[in-house]
Amino acid sequence: MHYLKAPIYELKQTTREFRWSDAFVLLTITALLYLGVHFAFHAPEVVQGPGIVLEPSALPYYAFRSVVRMGAAYLLSLTFTLIYGYAAARKRRAEQILLPTLDVLQSVPILSFLPVVLLGLSAVLHERLAAELASIVLIFTSQVWNMTFSWYQSLTTQPMDLREAAAILRMNWWLKMRKLELPFGAIGLIWNSMMSWAGGWFFLMAAEIFTVGDRDYRLPGLGAYLREASHQGNIGAILWGLGTLVLVIVLLDQLLWRPLVAWSEKFKLEMIEQESHGSSWFYDILRSSRLSEKVSAFWERMGERVDAWSLRMWPFRPEHAEAQRGHGELPWRLFIVLVLLLVGYGTLRAVHLLVQVELTQWLDILQGVLMTALRVIIALAIAFGWTVPLGVFIGMNARLAGWLQPLVQIAASIPATALFPVFVLMLIKLPAGLNMAAVLLMLTGTQWYLLFNVIAGTMSIPQELRYTVTLLGMSRWQKWRVLILPALFPYLITGAITASGGAWNASIVAEYIEFGGRTLRVTGLGDLIAYSTAQGDFPLLLASTLTMILTVVLVNRLLWRRLYRIAASRYRME
Amino acid sequence: MNNGKTLVELEHVSQVYATGRKRFYAVQDINLNIHEGEFVCLLGPSGCGKSTLLRLITGLQRPTEGRIGYRGQELQGVNPYASIVFQTFALFPWLSVQENVEVALKARGVPPKIRTARALDLLDRVGLDGFENAYPRELSGGMRQKVGFARAMAVEPELLCLDEPFSALDVLSSEALRGELLELWLDGKIPTKTILMVTHNIEEAAEMADRLIIMGTSPGRVIAEVEVDLPHPRHRKAPQFLKLIDHIYAILAGQTQPEPVEMGTAPGKPGITRWLPQIQISDLVGLLEHLSESSQPTYDIYQLTEDFGADSDLVLRLIDTAELLGFVRVGQGDVMLTPLGETFSEASILTRKEIFSTRIRRLPIFQWLMNMLHLAENQSLKRDVVRAAIELELPPADAEKQLNTIIEWGRYGEVIAYDDETETIMLEPLVGHSMATG
Repeated sequence: MHYLKAPIYELKQTTREFRWSDAFVLLTITALLYLGVHFAFHAPEVVQGPGIVLEPSALPYYAFRSVVRMGAAYLLSLTFTLIYGYAAARKRRAEQILLPTLDVLQSVPILSFLPVVLLGLSAVLHERLAAELASIVLIFTSQVWNMTFSWYQSLTTQPMDLREAAAILRMNWWLKMRKLELPFGAIGLIWNSMMSWAGGWFFLMAAEIFTVGDRDYRLPGLGAYLREASHQGNIGAILWGLGTLVLVIVLLDQLLWRPLVAWSEKFKLEMIEQESHGSSWFYDILRSSRLSEKVSAFWERMGERVDAWSLRMWPFRPEHAEAQRGHGELPWRLFIVLVLLLVGYGTLRAVHLLVQVELTQWLDILQGVLMTALRVIIALAIAFGWTVPLGVFIGMNARLAGWLQPLVQIAASIPATALFPVFVLMLIKLPAGLNMAAVLLMLTGTQWYLLFNVIAGTMSIPQELRYTVTLLGMSRWQKWRVLILPALFPYLITGAITASGGAWNASIVAEYIEFGGRTLRVTGLGDLIAYSTAQGDFPLLLASTLTMILTVVLVNRLLWRRLYRIAASRYRME
Repeated sequence: MNNGKTLVELEHVSQVYATGRKRFYAVQDINLNIHEGEFVCLLGPSGCGKSTLLRLITGLQRPTEGRIGYRGQELQGVNPYASIVFQTFALFPWLSVQENVEVALKARGVPPKIRTARALDLLDRVGLDGFENAYPRELSGGMRQKVGFARAMAVEPELLCLDEPFSALDVLSSEALRGELLELWLDGKIPTKTILMVTHNIEEAAEMADRLIIMGTSPGRVIAEVEVDLPHPRHRKAPQFLKLIDHIYAILAGQTQPEPVEMGTAPGKPGITRWLPQIQISDLVGLLEHLSESSQPTYDIYQLTEDFGADSDLVLRLIDTAELLGFVRVGQGDVMLTPLGETFSEASILTRKEIFSTRIRRLPIFQWLMNMLHLAENQSLKRDVVRAAIELELPPADAEKQLNTIIEWGRYGEVIAYDDETETIMLEPLVGHSMATG
């Protein structure tokens, strides 16, 4: 049942609209994109990837490579999160820039970056290394934002009394982090790490194989295996690959995340004993084992030494708890000027590139935006159509929820990108098959999140209200109108925000497919991005990528946030 | 116990909160000395800045103006000789009872063995042996606060600061804990030289302290100092104790002034703006009914707190309200129902509303609001507009509370109406009013 808690962290996110800093961040992204494109011109013409073997015996190795890749990206995310969150929470100047940056970056469709990152890196590095790095960077960008937000939020929402206690007890920064900041942020960080891993699989599957013209980038891994299997139409291999993927995900869940969640229960701030909702058999075994006793005793001794050392290195500085913000004036200004100059130069060059895009191409882009938008809307509508009734049904029946939930979780854990080759194989022969496959892919990426939110929303309806509705003898329709839909509204919006972002993202892999030596295209913005990459048409690539970023950010700000604000102020169950 | 050596000195200390371009004094021009061997209480209604003062003295906050000295040295940052017991306990929920106490010693570099021994000894002294490995959430409020005391005393502070340490506890636990603290303090079982306690509870302060520093609101300032030389243990029913309590109430409740002074002025006008006290109208009605049922012509205010089993702070706010509306007169710690108050308490629900309505229409703040509404289009104003106007004189959080009170009173008296959906304040159509006058 643990996925149910996730939306709460989303709910806390800022609900502002535009600011000058948004524009700055968008320009910075433009400049960075230009930098990537600039390097991409120098990418090698022909790249030969390693062969992917379809023998099931090769799967453990591929799975291992994929997990290591994810792990590397996750470590990078965690490091980034801790540092960035600290900087944003503790330095007011940094906060003014770091926070809006985070806000825009998390709504940027990451897949549109892949070609640019990959080509850019392969121009300066060996192509194998470039592909490996590009996939890690991509997974990193998909994992990091929600974790950073969670950490930042926990740092800024620490209870005042605990902070004052830390100051009056004269804890130095290390002790404060160990005894206050990390424990306080632990639950949020762990939940968001789980979310991030789920998101990471999606991108890993897409990032392990990439063909750009004659350049064939592949990395040994589960994603590449699945793609190769569907490329060859090898149903057996596809099933083996999917089975391995599910196994890996379930194992990680049972052996890593659930124990972590169970362990993190102790970091709850509430002073009331509550029923626990994180139980883990593996954690129970670990806790009662001899070995764990020894490990924790060792851990404690080490901690003691580090603490003592840190107190010698950084004694408590008797400054006022209130006056910890602010820093040097001149270096900061110089830094800002430098950044502004770089961003300005990058933007200028990017504009120079954009000017080369012809009017007809801009019209293509516009058409692409509309078509992809249509697909996103259809996918969302279908997702709403089945998740709301089913989710309410599950949420209302506690017993049913008990055994359906794990099944749904396993189904949801399969990244949509892994299923995509299967869809293509199934639908390719039907009329409008590719269109259907594209919508289906968007759907698989989005529906689960909605379903979990609907279930959580239903379960949040207080029992008294449900009784009241029954006692009043309301008809089924009235019951939905008066109670269920209003109660679900905030959850639906939260679910839809993530879902629509994911759907836009998915369009890049869904609308342009090279399959069995043929290239299959449907009109859309994702298709334009993938096509221009394949053609090496960098101005078009830059234009379409920027358009997608802008579209998603605009939709988020103008539509979802407004709805969200209504949801948060009027339909809260509290 | 006061041997005269000065520990803490405050000279012209002020703390200013700035929101945007506006500045509000949390406390203004405080001059204060605290000596070795004293148990001093900062006593005052909520919002008088007594907690702020405690944070200034411990160095958690820096004063905007003035100087704070400790043993003759100007205070630089968190005072190493002070520690705090917090109202909310401020225990780390993820650390066990023992770890919570030990962490105080760890931060000061005390090696593990000595640390553990000292923590266990302290927990023993406050009566928590057997609970060393429990987590705070497994303990009752009273036991949690004992951990708070043990942690604060672990570092053997010269100056022990208590920030409303008993107000989050139930009556029995707080009574027990007060007794235990006094015992530790009076018998010299703790190395603490001086205790400084912040409280809004008059009885509590009078029972424990050697000296009371009484504070008033807007801006927070010292209005009186009272030396208490009653021997311990002090019995709450003893005549001398009751006399002391009566005296403190007299200081805090003040003396009913002529109406123009009592009502103050409207926001934006010269003079002191009279804001509405934060009370529930049902509580006010309860107070007036209680007064009218008693046969005495005047009533001791401290007696009321006992009758209601209520906080002295709440009773003082209710009396303040009744005084403002002309239902009671106050003097020398006594309260007396006026004929209007008598009428009000005996009237029917509808008549009460009419009386209330006519009374609040006389208040400058309501006249100010209704005047704005008259001038406004559709005779209605957005909530935010009114709040912004109030924020010119009050900090945002207080302005919000003040506006809520205005709306609640106005709705009860049917002077104004409020639409939650659109967050609009409207002038009530004059139907209700014509009934009242006609």
